[in-house]
Amino acid sequence: MRRLLRSTLLFVFAALASPAMAQVPFGQASTVREGLEIGASTSEIAIASDFRGADLTIFGALTNADELFLAIGQYDLIVTLEGPKDYATVRKKERVFGIWMNTQSMTFEQVPESYSMASTRQIDSIDQPTSLNDIGVGIDHLALNPVGYIPDSGLIGEFRDAYRRLKLTSGLYQRDTSGVRFVSSSLFRASLRLPANIPDGVHVVRAYLFKSGQLILQKELPLRVVKTGIEQAITDAAHNRPLAYGFLCVLIAVITGWGASLIFRKD
Amino acid sequence: MPFRGSAVTVYLPIAELSVNIFIILGMGAAVGFLSGMFGVGGGFLITPLLIFYNIPPVVAVATGANQVVASSISGAITHFRRGTLDMKLGSVLLVGGLLGATAGVWVFSWLRRVGQLDLFISLLYVVLLGTIGGLMLQESLRAMQRARNNEPLPLKRPGQHNWVHRLPFKMRFKKSRIYLSAVPIVTLGFGIGVLTSIMGVGGGFIMVPAMIYLLRIPTNVVVGTSLFQIIFVTAYTTMVQAATNYSVDIVLASILMVAGVIGAQYGVRVGQKLRGEQLRALLALLVLAVGIRLAIGLIVTPEDIYSVAVGGLSY
Repeated sequence: MRRLLRSTLLFVFAALASPAMAQVPFGQASTVREGLEIGASTSEIAIASDFRGADLTIFGALTNADELFLAIGQYDLIVTLEGPKDYATVRKKERVFGIWMNTQSMTFEQVPESYSMASTRQIDSIDQPTSLNDIGVGIDHLALNPVGYIPDSGLIGEFRDAYRRLKLTSGLYQRDTSGVRFVSSSLFRASLRLPANIPDGVHVVRAYLFKSGQLILQKELPLRVVKTGIEQAITDAAHNRPLAYGFLCVLIAVITGWGASLIFRKD
Repeated sequence: MPFRGSAVTVYLPIAELSVNIFIILGMGAAVGFLSGMFGVGGGFLITPLLIFYNIPPVVAVATGANQVVASSISGAITHFRRGTLDMKLGSVLLVGGLLGATAGVWVFSWLRRVGQLDLFISLLYVVLLGTIGGLMLQESLRAMQRARNNEPLPLKRPGQHNWVHRLPFKMRFKKSRIYLSAVPIVTLGFGIGVLTSIMGVGGGFIMVPAMIYLLRIPTNVVVGTSLFQIIFVTAYTTMVQAATNYSVDIVLASILMVAGVIGAQYGVRVGQKLRGEQLRALLALLVLAVGIRLAIGLIVTPEDIYSVAVGGLSY
């Protein structure tokens, strides 16, 4: 499709099979532990302002996997791309004297602005919802903690649902429950959808390895998303040098107005 | 639905959306044409039009103020050359205007934080456009009636004094040939300044009648002097909006300004050929239509009653 995204070519890390001897707890049956590696050829993605969204492919390797467990599909992977975190306020409109106005609001603490997830199958069949909640993996399991004390838990649920729904419809939150595929017995490929309106900043790629419904390994990789082009330069100027930017806006207006009065002057 | 990139779309970096450049050019030219025809700044038309075109109200208001700078400047230059601009009176108005704009931006930011800004902007526009449009329509219909019956114009009594002339802190304005208290002038400037920062208008359509009928300032200096005040207040508002709300879209403003000043030149020519009261009736209908369209937007059930805003703490 549209290959606007440069350098998304990611390569497989030569699986460094390092038998983590000291990490095996006493009494555990397995003698070797699984290893998980993910890699990207770049730690930075440059996006032009006409970016319409693209797929980001992450390759990874599973080492020291138990052949039997692998054969019967007991290994599952969830790969996520979490955007920069910020507060998010959800507002609800109600009709007051015939006019629709925002009457209630709830602010959630530090939630990712964007969130893209790929997994080997439906995540609720990978692990129990409660343990997914604990690790905060999956759109329905992200920690959405309201700021301040809200006594009505039904209200919290309502606003959380609205938040997730709005994020999914805007495309900032995405999920693909068949986005992770094993390409060989130990290599896997995850396709993450980057939305057109992806925020810039430091994103984090996280890979979670589950064995028989238990999270056993987790790896993360930072990925910087940098917007480029004249439009981004304007946005940066507006935020970083607001007074100079404002002055320029006024200057353009003065030149335009003055110029027109000179050009069209008749007397 | 993602916008297809093509030659006619332009991305607005602050509004954060792609728009059809010809629609924006057309909007700017049409409003410029009307502002030239009727001798108004056009801010009260451009801001609602931008809102109808899904530009966030925060951006529409701040960018509207920026656009008014350009559309007012050539008029002010003309009046300055002709000597129909009272600098002293304009400066006193400006003092109030700058204070009002500062207060207005503060209120604007506060409304934005509590999530009531969009509603407040629309409500203010509905009230203002409804009132102004209604009054103008009434007045122009009456004038048309009079013209049809060949009745003479009602006599103006410029020498008449009202309560405004009994206020303290009187100042002498040589060019306007009036002796007037600074209090109502500063107050008027303040009110206009608040409107500039909250609505993105120059405020000439309120200031001019108020100066004529309330302050009894001679008609010949009123337009030039109000333009003088409008330029500085809108320029100041643009700067303050840029610094506090980061909401001035330079790309959008530039397109609107260029189209606007060109459209205004043709508007002036057409305006000179049409009859005054018919012209005013047309403008009144247009103003009312924009107001009604905004009112409908407030009443109709929204597509989604929830909305999400990123960043900052709000309460």
